[in-house]
Amino acid sequence: MTLFIQQLFNGLALGGVYCLAAIGLTLVFGVLRIPNLAHGALYMLGAYITYFFLTTVGVPYIAAIGIAAIMLFIVGVGLERLVFHPLRNSPHTHHMIAAVGAMFFFQALAQAIWGADFRRMDTPITGELRILGAEISAQRIVIIVTAVIVLALLALFIKRSIHGQTIEAIEQDRVGASLVGINPSMVSMLTLGLSALLATIAAGLVAPINLLSPTMGDALNLKVFAIIILGGLGSLPGAIVGGFALAIAETMTATYISSAVGEAVAFIVLVAVLAIKPNGLFTKAVQR
Amino acid sequence: MNPMKNPRIIGTIAVIILLGLTPLAFAQENYAMRVITVGMCAAIAVYGLNIILGFTGQLNLAQGGFFGIGAYGVGLLTTDYDWSFWAAFVVSVIGTAVIGYLCGLIALRTKDEYFAIFTMAIGFIIFLVISRWEPVTHAHSGVNNVKFPEGGGLIDFESPVAMFYLVFAILLICVYTTYAIRRSSVGRTLLTIRTSEDLADAIGVRVGFSKQLAFAASAVFGGVGGGLYATVVGFIGPDAASIDKTFEFLMFILVGGMGTVAGPLLGSMIVTFLFELFQDFQAYRFIVLGPIIVALVIFAPRGIVGYLGGFVDRRNRRRRAEEARGADDDLDSTGASTSGGTGDHRARNVADGIESGAGRTGGTPSSEETK
Repeated sequence: MTLFIQQLFNGLALGGVYCLAAIGLTLVFGVLRIPNLAHGALYMLGAYITYFFLTTVGVPYIAAIGIAAIMLFIVGVGLERLVFHPLRNSPHTHHMIAAVGAMFFFQALAQAIWGADFRRMDTPITGELRILGAEISAQRIVIIVTAVIVLALLALFIKRSIHGQTIEAIEQDRVGASLVGINPSMVSMLTLGLSALLATIAAGLVAPINLLSPTMGDALNLKVFAIIILGGLGSLPGAIVGGFALAIAETMTATYISSAVGEAVAFIVLVAVLAIKPNGLFTKAVQR
Repeated sequence: MNPMKNPRIIGTIAVIILLGLTPLAFAQENYAMRVITVGMCAAIAVYGLNIILGFTGQLNLAQGGFFGIGAYGVGLLTTDYDWSFWAAFVVSVIGTAVIGYLCGLIALRTKDEYFAIFTMAIGFIIFLVISRWEPVTHAHSGVNNVKFPEGGGLIDFESPVAMFYLVFAILLICVYTTYAIRRSSVGRTLLTIRTSEDLADAIGVRVGFSKQLAFAASAVFGGVGGGLYATVVGFIGPDAASIDKTFEFLMFILVGGMGTVAGPLLGSMIVTFLFELFQDFQAYRFIVLGPIIVALVIFAPRGIVGYLGGFVDRRNRRRRAEEARGADDDLDSTGASTSGGTGDHRARNVADGIESGAGRTGGTPSSEETK
């Protein structure tokens, strides 16, 4: 039972990270109608920049994540301007190929600056909490709490603020939205920036638990794609439910079956879902 | 048109002859021969990608995985099980075909982004199996001393030149197969799917079946390329199946030109050469190559051969316009043609423009809204 609770919290912490990363991706899909294959690379870059500010510059942990998030927001906007905007009229394969090019660039850049070796980011938050007999590290609690706060803020931003509502408007109807005076280009930039920002928060939160490496985004990339397909491309609640469900499934199979199965469970689920429902589980009717 | 007068065919043959003659220049330099031979192995896999991505318009991100299956099939069977190369080669290609067909069963149901993500997951699963299944694949220690093909006492495949010509011969078969597909009704069916899946479905094309066929064919080419790669290099590690391999193939096909006959070969050779040029930087090469990929997709989505083809098409069209307008019996359009629209607004050219799939020039102002 202690083990179960321990793993449940591990799963929830991982789920928070997956959610933050997946929501950005699903937002980008909703607005730009492209699967951003470079999302994992943005996550990786976010982790490294957090690491840089935390250890090399020496700012406090939360501030490091904040600075990295703002920097990645700019990177995301730049990515939209330089890569996706010029391709907005191209066949869908071209976006994906260009995103792959961007992904390689980010990986090589991180490797050139920080080297290919794994790096450890020492957790500034130490200590453990005792919940129902299980010892939960404080870092995991911080992840869960932060993820919930960020998700709530995001929901507030999208539902209440004017800029957030433009995102939703563009998702619903691009033509209609531009007719009422919403600039699709601005919204695209905002969305990609936001997705990079969320990925960075996720990366900064999980970095003290995991090791950093230039290819750390690869596995996450596939997992978040599995999540948003489970939850339906473009669906925010779907990404949240999918993120937690997948993370808990992963930690539980890793604990009770084997770690290799835990790692593969995302892909097995993905293949199984696509085999049964080729358009994902909860896909809402999207305009094409 | 007389095939001997078609500049595309002449160009393709010229490239092939040039490649076939390279051993004359590099016969003494084993390293150069090996690099070129490895490049040709990749080109074979790229021809597979060409069928599914270039002709059918579906982004298959599992090609590296199939390449890995071919490579590991040959590698493991010739070392751990001591099979002869040829037996191992045939079995691994058949194995790749079967796996490709089974994956295709599911892949045929998915579309566009889902197809790409699905195949990416397939590729990653293959990579995970190869890099983690220690008892069978030796995981990260890889497979050493893969056998050379048996020459039956006639040919000694340990010499790099003999190996070069073996791969070259198989590459020729792939080029010809691509050419044959391009000209056949199968090729036309695939092109219809690329242009519009819904339209193809509406006019009675069996979209799912054709996609599955294209997917299985591309997997087979991947397996052939991988099998040859294993014997050429002699050592394989999990890298042979990694997703990076897929992206390398993507770059090859992009540079050469998607959906063309000569493109994959030309692209593979040129990019292999570029990789060698950036050899000293190894992992950092993508700092330069990443932006090059992006720039290619944005500014030159049709690749080298696509551009040359567009040039040839414009010339032909001018010539045809000069001749009698009714002589429109030549429906070959063997290459991706231009969508430049030189003011000739006959329906045929519009169809050509769609077929070339070059979205950038073909995009109308409204297409942003309809996407």
